[in-house]
Amino acid sequence: MSLSTSPGGALLAILIMALVTYLTRSGGVLVMSRIPIGPRVERFINAMSGSVLVAVITPMAVAGDWGARLALLVTLMVMLATRKPLFAIGAGILCAALWRFLIP
Amino acid sequence: MTSSRSSDARLDRAGTLDGMRRMAPLCLFVVAFGLAFGVAAVQRGLSELETLLMSALVFAGASQFAALELWGPEIPLVALVASTFAINARHLLMSASLYPWLRGLPPRQRYLSVGLMSDSNWALAADDYRRGVNNVGMLVGGGLALWLAWLLGTLLGVVFGSGITEPERYGLDVIMGCFLLSMLVGGARSLTMLIPWSVAAMAAIAAMYWLPPHSHVIVGALAGGLVGLWFPIDRERHKEART
Repeated sequence: MSLSTSPGGALLAILIMALVTYLTRSGGVLVMSRIPIGPRVERFINAMSGSVLVAVITPMAVAGDWGARLALLVTLMVMLATRKPLFAIGAGILCAALWRFLIP
Repeated sequence: MTSSRSSDARLDRAGTLDGMRRMAPLCLFVVAFGLAFGVAAVQRGLSELETLLMSALVFAGASQFAALELWGPEIPLVALVASTFAINARHLLMSASLYPWLRGLPPRQRYLSVGLMSDSNWALAADDYRRGVNNVGMLVGGGLALWLAWLLGTLLGVVFGSGITEPERYGLDVIMGCFLLSMLVGGARSLTMLIPWSVAAMAAIAAMYWLPPHSHVIVGALAGGLVGLWFPIDRERHKEART
């Protein structure tokens, strides 16, 4: 099932995203007022929230050019060293731009 | 805007303004992230209005960046819903941890307040709750400040991004990946997570080759989540989510 990126389709996709996101925000309060979230569910959600980011990023590294791979690697290293996301992202972008400038 | 039902939780203008003030220093960073999103979104083919609407209505950075990755001539609906849910599922735990605090508010205020919950105002609000503060202004005011900053940043990004014709030359196509990776590393609290994450990466690659397009997001998230069932919760995080 997919939506076309016509103005209506894109708007519908945005509204669906907004609804899903609101349900996650309100869901905790809604669920807790009935049954408390158990440790197993908590473990699953904790591992899943990082895993989904990994699942989105990995193909970028696999399918991307060396500029993109280098950018991800530099972001990872700067992030581990400084814990400053903006700095790490900036370094990554700069590396991709430099790589493509030097090796077109 | 005062609560009528219970004396333990209240929402008022002074508390909200105070929450906005306390969030102000962080807002500068949020503007910068919003700018990055605005640039990435218009480069990906979203219109200016769609980009602004997404920031205003969804108001969740990582899932917005991930959605761009799925954006094309067609938008795969199942993958979009699944990745948005999986990325934002942490909100379930965060709002659950605030439930005892928000319980005293009238339902309408409770469900409006929680709609503004994001990682950083949740962290400060959870801290207020731990210290016995009854005013939920940190959650609401902080959320409002973050929302305004996110929207302003997106607007700047849309204006700036529309003027760029060759994003790859300036490395702007890697913003999405770098942003998501920095969120992943920044949110990591223990090395044990490397095991579910590695499984997620391998599952995503396998799905990319052998399963239908876009299924790698769901497959990776579920694989990592299932492996995570066998690992104990990080004590720090556990305490935050429980108290």
